[in-house]
Amino acid sequence: MRHLIIGAGPAGVIAAEHLRETDPQAGILLIGDEPEPPYSRMALPYYLTGNIDERGTHLRKSADHFDRLGIELRTGTRVTAIEPADKHVRLEDGREEAYDRLLLATGSSPATPPIPGIEQEGVTPCWTLEQGRAIASGARPDSPVVLLGAGFIGSIVLEALARRGVELHVVEMGDRMVPRMMNETAGGLLKEWCEKKGVKVHVSTRATAIQSGRNGHRLAVELEGGEVLDADLVITATGVRPNTGLLEGSGVQVDQGILIDRNMQTSVEGIYAAGDVAQGRDFSTGEYSVQAIQPTAAEHGRLAALNMAGRNVPHQGTLNMNVLDTLGLISSSFGLWQGVEGGDHAELLNRPRYRYVNLQFEEDRLVGGTCLGLTEHIGVLHGLIQSRLPLGVWKERLMQDPTRLMEAYLACTQSLSACKVLH
Amino acid sequence: MLKSLALEPAKCTGCLQCELACSWENEASFNPSKSRIRVFTFHEEGRFAPYTCTQCAEAWCLHACPVEAIVINGATGAKEVIEDVCVGCKVCTIACPFGTVNYNHDTGKVIKCDLCGGDPACARACPTEAITWVDADQTGYDRMQAWAARSVESIDATQGGGA
Amino acid sequence: MSWAGKILRVNLNAGTVTPEPLNMEWAMQYLGQRGLATKYLVEETDPKVDPLSPDNKLIMATGPLTGTMASTGGRYSVITKGPLTGAIACSNSGGFFGAELKHAGWDMIIFEGRSPKPVYLYVEDDHAELIPADEIWGKSVWETDQILHEKHADPLIRIAAVGRAAEKGCLYAAIVNDLHRAAGRSGVGTVMASKQVKAVVVRGTKGISNIRDPEAFEEVTEAAKKVLAENAVTGEGLPKYGTQVLMNVINEIGAMPTRNMRDVQFEGASKISGEAMYEPRESDGKPNLVTNGACFGCTIACGRISTIDPTHFTIKDKPQYRHASGGLEYEAAWALGSDEGIDDLDALTYANFLCNEDGLDPISFGATVAAAMELYEMGVITREDTGGIELKFGNAEALARCAELTARGEGFGQVLGLGSKRLCEKYGHPDLSMTVKGQEFPAYDPRGIQGMGLAYATSNRGACHLRGYSVASEVLGIPYKTDPLVTEGKAELVKAFQDATGAVDSSGLCVFTTFAWTLEDIAPQIDAACEGNWTPEKLQEVGERVWNLERKYNIEAGITGKYDTLPKRLLKEAAKTGPAKGMANRLDEMLPEYYSLRGWTPDGVPTPETLQRLGV
Repeated sequence: MRHLIIGAGPAGVIAAEHLRETDPQAGILLIGDEPEPPYSRMALPYYLTGNIDERGTHLRKSADHFDRLGIELRTGTRVTAIEPADKHVRLEDGREEAYDRLLLATGSSPATPPIPGIEQEGVTPCWTLEQGRAIASGARPDSPVVLLGAGFIGSIVLEALARRGVELHVVEMGDRMVPRMMNETAGGLLKEWCEKKGVKVHVSTRATAIQSGRNGHRLAVELEGGEVLDADLVITATGVRPNTGLLEGSGVQVDQGILIDRNMQTSVEGIYAAGDVAQGRDFSTGEYSVQAIQPTAAEHGRLAALNMAGRNVPHQGTLNMNVLDTLGLISSSFGLWQGVEGGDHAELLNRPRYRYVNLQFEEDRLVGGTCLGLTEHIGVLHGLIQSRLPLGVWKERLMQDPTRLMEAYLACTQSLSACKVLH
Repeated sequence: MLKSLALEPAKCTGCLQCELACSWENEASFNPSKSRIRVFTFHEEGRFAPYTCTQCAEAWCLHACPVEAIVINGATGAKEVIEDVCVGCKVCTIACPFGTVNYNHDTGKVIKCDLCGGDPACARACPTEAITWVDADQTGYDRMQAWAARSVESIDATQGGGA
Repeated sequence: MSWAGKILRVNLNAGTVTPEPLNMEWAMQYLGQRGLATKYLVEETDPKVDPLSPDNKLIMATGPLTGTMASTGGRYSVITKGPLTGAIACSNSGGFFGAELKHAGWDMIIFEGRSPKPVYLYVEDDHAELIPADEIWGKSVWETDQILHEKHADPLIRIAAVGRAAEKGCLYAAIVNDLHRAAGRSGVGTVMASKQVKAVVVRGTKGISNIRDPEAFEEVTEAAKKVLAENAVTGEGLPKYGTQVLMNVINEIGAMPTRNMRDVQFEGASKISGEAMYEPRESDGKPNLVTNGACFGCTIACGRISTIDPTHFTIKDKPQYRHASGGLEYEAAWALGSDEGIDDLDALTYANFLCNEDGLDPISFGATVAAAMELYEMGVITREDTGGIELKFGNAEALARCAELTARGEGFGQVLGLGSKRLCEKYGHPDLSMTVKGQEFPAYDPRGIQGMGLAYATSNRGACHLRGYSVASEVLGIPYKTDPLVTEGKAELVKAFQDATGAVDSSGLCVFTTFAWTLEDIAPQIDAACEGNWTPEKLQEVGERVWNLERKYNIEAGITGKYDTLPKRLLKEAAKTGPAKGMANRLDEMLPEYYSLRGWTPDGVPTPETLQRLGV
C-alpha cells in the first residue's frame, strides 16, 4: 500500500503521522511545494515579531522526524496534475508518482483583491515563510504599513505588525473587525481596543487603488472616499481560496473546496482531502463547508489517515472555532456564534474593561459562543457545544451569568455528590 | 506503573491549598490565577470541585498545536508544554474541550498541568485527600477515560450519531 | 518580605485613589493587619471623631501571611472607629477577599472622607478606580455580589460589600465578603456605608513571590499544618461540627447565655447544636448541613454550608432561599437561638442567611432582639411598637420577622438596628442591655466562665470573645486547664490571650489556629516569610503593643477604665442552674490585678513607662 499526500502543512503532516501509526508497513510519500521543511502558517506572525526564529515555525522540530517514521518527505516539489485513471500524479519535472491512496491537503492561498496597483512591489500577503521574511525586513519601526483586511488572518498579522512598532492602518470592507467571527458588539469592542493601542482601523471602506508613493514612502493607498494612506508596505489579508487548480480534469468534484464524504473521501475513489482545501462536515450545521482553521486541519488529517488506512471512521464534523490574541485582548468564537432561530442567548458586556461573553443556546444545549477578554477555561465552550450536553438548570444560570461556563460543564458532567470521580 | 490524579469533589473544602501549591511549584509565586488546577465553587449546592487536565488520551491540545510545543512525557503520560517552543497562538486553549489549558497573562504562553513531573504538588498540599496521586490501574484509569469519552462525544464514533 | 509594601489610599471627598509605600518602620513594630492598621488609624485620625463623620477613616488591612500557603492565611481586618461603641473597632474576616487584595499587590486600603455619591471601589492589580454605585445602592449584599459579578463579566473577582442594614444606619452592620464571610462586629459596615462606599471589588493576579526564605517557609508551614491536622479541635471537632462543636459543651458547663442572659443553660441547646445540623429532617430527609467549607488556604475548614428545610414556614414561599449558603456558626446559633429561647434550627438558619444577605452582626442583632423580648414580656415594649410582632421568648416567627425588618432597616427593625444598649436606654431599662462599652456579649456567660468576664470587660472593642479567648483554657484546657469558676490566675491568663491574639490578628492567620498552635508554631512561619527576626517573644510584644495602642486610643476617645465593667445582671444576679449555680461574675477580684499586670494605673490608664517600654 502506498499513500501519497500532497501538501506538507498541518493536515498533510498529521495525516502522514497517523498513517504511519495505523499502518506500519505502508509506504508514505509527503510532497510539499515550498522549499522549507513543513512549517506552520499560524506561527508566521510570531516569527514576524521576532518571538521565534524560523525553526520555531517548523511543524516538527527534530531534523530526522520524518525519516525516523519512514515517511518520505519531498519539499520544493510541485504536483501539476492528478491522473486517477492511472493512479498516479504528475510532478512539475514530468515524472510520475504512483499511489494506492491519495490525500489532497493542498491548503489554500491568499486571494488577491481586485485593486489597481496590487501587483506592485511592496504589496504582499503574509502567507508563506518567504513572504514573512520579506515583511520582517520591510516593516521597520515607525514605517507606515497598510493592512488590507481585518478578518481572522488579518487580525493575527495585525498583532505581529503592531508589535513590530510600525505605524499601522487596517482597512476592512466589513462594518467591524473579524466580521465572520464576531458580531457587531464584539467586533466593535476589538476595534476600540486596537485604536486604543494606536492602530488606525478603517471599517466599511476599501482600498480603491494602490499608487506609487509620496512623502518618501514607497506606496500610497487610496481609500473609498478619497483618503490616501502612505505606506512602505501593504499587506493583503482579504481571504483565502482553496488550492484546487491541479484538480482540473481529474474528476474530483469541487464546490467551494473539494467535496468529501463523511469518510473524507472525494468523488473519486481512493482520493481523499483534508484541511483548508476540503469542504468538510461542520459539526454545528451538519453541512459541508471550508473552515480553513488549524484545529480542523489537524482533525481532518487524522481522520483522513484512519480512513485511508482502511478504518471506517466517519467524520462527525468539526466545530468551527477561532481564537485571537490582538495586542493582548483575547477573543474567541465557537460554533453557531450567530445563534439559531428560536434559540435563546445570553450576553454580558463590560465595555470599559473590554469583556464580552455571548452564548447561544438551542433549547437547553449550547450551540455557539463568543468571548472577548474572557480568558479562563474558554475551551470548555468547545466541550459544551461538542458534547451537546443538556444543561438543565444550568441553562438558566448561564442566562443569568454566562461567565459560569466551567461550573456548568462540571456540574453537568461530574457527579458532585459522594461518587468518586477519577481523572 | 502509570499514576494519575484522583479528584474527589465530595472531599474538597474549597481551601485552594492546591492552587497555592501549584502556582508555588510552577511559578514560585502564591498566585491562584496562575495555577494549573482550579477549584470551582457551587454556591447554590454548597459543593467544591477541584479540576485540572485529565491528561486525556485524545490529547486535543497536542494535536491542535501548530508548532509541536506540546509533547507527551513518557514517564508520566503528561501532556507537557515546552515553553520555549510555544508561540502563544492559544489554539490549544480552545481545542481542549475540558477547558483546562490556559495561559500565562504575562508571557502569553500556554500553561497546563504537567503532573509536576510525577510528584504533583496539589496532591501533596491537599489537606482532605480530595486530590490524591494514585496508581492509575488501582483506581480505574479506564473509568476516567470512559468519562472523558462520554463527556465529549468521541469523533471516532463508528455510528453516524452526530446529527 | 511578605508584605506587598504598598497601600491604596482612597480619598472619597476628592474621588481619588493613590498608591503609597507601606510604612515599613511601623510594620516592624506592628506586623500587619490589625496592629498596623490600628497604628495608621491612630496616627491619622482624632480619637474624638464622630465615627460616622467623613473625618473617620476605614482601613481594610491584610497581614504579611495573608495570601500565602500558611494554613488559614487568608484573613483581613477592618479597622475604624466604631459607631456602636465609640471605641476602636477591629473586625476580622476570612473568606477569599483578603487574599485576593494581597494578590493584587496591596497590604491595605485606607478610605478617608465621604463620597458625594454612592460608589464602589474596583481594584484589579495596580489599577484602582471608584465607580458609581447607582445600580447596587439599596441592594442586599447578595444582590450586589451577583450584579457586580455580571457587570464585570469576571467570575474570579472577590467582593466585600455592605447591605441595606448598613445603608439604613443599623449600628452593627457588617462588611460581608464572599457572600457569607464577614467583618462582623462593631458596625464597621455602618462606617463604610456612611462613607457612601457600597462595595470593594478585587481581582489580583500578581500573587506573592517575595517570601524571605522560601525553603524554610515551605518546611515550617507544612509542619504547622500537620499540627493542626493532628489536633483534636482543629483536626476533628472544627471540621466536623464547626464552632458549633461548642454548643453542647458550653451548655453543659452552665455558661450558655439564655433569654437575654437571664439563664445560663438552654433546654433546647441540643436541637440547635452542631450535632443537630447532621440530623435528617422529616420533609426531605436531608440534614441542615450540606458540607464544611474552608476560607482561603485554611486546612481546618470549620465553615458551615447549610440549607433550610424547604417546607419550613420561613421559606416555603421564598424559593430564593432554597439553596445552600453560610450556615450557623456557634455565635450565631447562640445569639439567634438560646438568647431568644428559640430551638428551631431552620428559623435560626434563616435568620443567619438574612444576616449574611444584608450584613448584620448576628451576635449584636440576636442579643438586641433578646433584650427587646425581655422588655416586651415586661410590657415595656408593646405590640404597637413592634408593628404587631408577638416578641416573646421562644417565638421563631418573631425572630424571622425581626431579621427581615432589621436587614432592610424597616419598621421596628430601625429600633432593633440601634443595638441593645440604645434600645434599652430608649425604653428606660439600660440595665437590661447585655453589653460592654455598647457592644453585645458573645456566647459565653461570664458567671460560668469567670475569666471571660474580665476578657469582656477589658476588651478594646466592647464585649468580645475574640480578644482574649480564655475559654480555651477554662473549658478546653488549651494550653493548660484552669477552673472556670475561680478567678485566681485569670488576670494573667486573659492578658496572655489578649496579647497573643493581638499578634495573630496582625499576621494574616486565623485565631482558630490557636486551638492547636502557640506562638511557637506561628513565629517561625512569620519569620520565614518576613524580615524582622520574628520570635514568639517578639510577637507577644507586638500583641501587647497593639493592645496598649488600642487602649490609648479608646481613652483619648473617652472610653476610660470606668467602662471596664459588666452589666449588673452578670455581677449581681447569680446563675440559676449548672455548675455555676449561685455564682455571679467576680470581676472585682480580677480587674485590679489585670491593670497591674498590664502596667496600667488603678484607673486603667497605661503608664508612661509602659507605653515607653512598648514604644507606643
